[in-house]
Amino acid sequence: MGYFRGFAVTFRKMFEKRVTTSYPRDKRPKPARLHGRHVLNRYEDGMEKCIGCELCAGVCPARCIYVRGADNPLDEPVSPGERYGFVYEINYLRCIHCDLCVEACPTEAITESKLFEFSFTNRADAVYTKDELLVDAVTGRPRHLPWEDWRPGDDAMTSGWMRATSPSGDASYSGRVSWSGELGHGVRAPEAGQSDGVDSADAHQTDDEGSGAA
Amino acid sequence: MSAVDTAVLALDPLLSGDLDPGIVGIVILKAVVAFTLLLVSVMLMIWFERKLLADMHNRIGPAVAGPFGILQTLADGIKLFFKEDLIPDRSDRAVFKLAPYLSLVPAFLVFAIVPVGGDFSSGDGTVTWFGERTYLQVADPPVGVLFFLALSSIAVYGVMLAGWSSGSKYPLLGSVRASAQMISYEAALGLAIASVFLTSGSLSMHDIVASQVDGSWNVLATGVVPFVVFLVAGTAELNRPPFDLVEAEQELVGGFHTEYSSLRFALFFLAEFMNVITMSAIAVTLFLGGPAGPILTDTLGWVWPVLWFSLKVFAFLFCFVWLRATLPRLRYDQLMDLGWKVLIPVALGWFLLIGAMEVADARGWPLVPVVLVGMAVMAGGALLLIGAVSKARAERLADLERVELEGESV
Repeated sequence: MGYFRGFAVTFRKMFEKRVTTSYPRDKRPKPARLHGRHVLNRYEDGMEKCIGCELCAGVCPARCIYVRGADNPLDEPVSPGERYGFVYEINYLRCIHCDLCVEACPTEAITESKLFEFSFTNRADAVYTKDELLVDAVTGRPRHLPWEDWRPGDDAMTSGWMRATSPSGDASYSGRVSWSGELGHGVRAPEAGQSDGVDSADAHQTDDEGSGAA
Repeated sequence: MSAVDTAVLALDPLLSGDLDPGIVGIVILKAVVAFTLLLVSVMLMIWFERKLLADMHNRIGPAVAGPFGILQTLADGIKLFFKEDLIPDRSDRAVFKLAPYLSLVPAFLVFAIVPVGGDFSSGDGTVTWFGERTYLQVADPPVGVLFFLALSSIAVYGVMLAGWSSGSKYPLLGSVRASAQMISYEAALGLAIASVFLTSGSLSMHDIVASQVDGSWNVLATGVVPFVVFLVAGTAELNRPPFDLVEAEQELVGGFHTEYSSLRFALFFLAEFMNVITMSAIAVTLFLGGPAGPILTDTLGWVWPVLWFSLKVFAFLFCFVWLRATLPRLRYDQLMDLGWKVLIPVALGWFLLIGAMEVADARGWPLVPVVLVGMAVMAGGALLLIGAVSKARAERLADLERVELEGESV
């Protein structure tokens, strides 16, 4: 009778709950640290964080970042330092979203957002220019480009959130703020260490964007 | 009325008197309605199959075109219509173009002989439309069952010629498999049906249904075995899983229709699913009393038989999809073994047993000894068959062993 057991299995399956998500219409929530496309961040006063040091371009294994630095104009500086990112381009046909550029950046200027659903129709669109990568000068949110599919909340926590949770790469680290504030996000509160019994998931929740806005 | 008239006019009481435009109109109306109904039901069947299969696989299935994706087939049809129509360079062009119609036309024609309604228990299976009495059946040829067998044989030509004329190796392999499978299972199918018309005493579909009134359905009257044989052989005849070696995607790309595209492919697809429906309808007619069932209201009384008929057909369609969702494909030798060594002997033996019982009934012989003698004769036959098969196998194995031993000594 084992032959007929298979029929019972397929029959039972008809009444079970589906696990399918109708993707473009419904989406599952994205993991908080998902590696999506990059954003270039600003300080809380609107200054760009990028100093044009080209470390990101140097570390990029896919060679998809092109940066050229330039001296800040004295009367109208773009970044607080001596130099700023004059040209900044990332080719998303090559980027592998390894996050090495984010780790290399000395000023937390480049970070990865959760946005990955873009469908360009030509190669020029695939190369994101500095204008497209830079966050809005007023709200500090990433720019919504026409070929990107966003859902509410997708553009939240695009700043140095990853670093704010564990700046030294040590999961048990907690306490001292060692990162700069960001436009639209403020200064992130340090997260509780993950090995001292505090539920780290809770810490993620309280660490939402804008929580420490000055 | 001469014999020729009877055959041509297909025994419909509508046509027994003088012909007038109204009667011609009803005949045309019936043909058009049957044609449209079949097309629409094929469309729904494809949707139903995909949806149910998805349910059984824990998926969602077509969900975008129309409510619950019910217009998916229509969308697919429109897409196929606008696709490029390819004819391979090495194909036999005329035959290549003919083959899809050889598949499709028989599928349509078979449905014409199926009585889809009519009250057989208290009436004679006719309904009265526009003041004329008529069958709910496009035609009722006196050789109905033979007509069905003949058309399903022609459908084999469609598959065979499609594969052969494509001028390509996978379609050819697919069509060789198809013709071997369909021809060998048609024998079992025919023998199972033969039991039915021994019991019913007629080849006309209308009379077969009429002989099954009062719940004496053929599925029991013939003793279930022919019904089971019919179902298995019918599934194989339809090239449905688990007998879909013809189109075994993993081995043959798409089988006999690999080289077909656009509308010609759509015709094959249509024919395939139409055959599923007509085979279910034939099974219901032959074994499950056709439109038989309680008539619950007097007003619109003709609707009830149609409803019962549809429900029974639907149960078969559900089972075909269920089979597809559950069973893996048979190997080719298993398929041939099942057809030739199991189904045909069983169907033939059962046919002879029923024949003996009919003769005993007619001559007034006692039933029990006849059945016992019949069983004994068949058991003897089965033993002889098994003996012959095992002897042949033993000799083959011995030959094999000898060859291997000689190979080693060399």
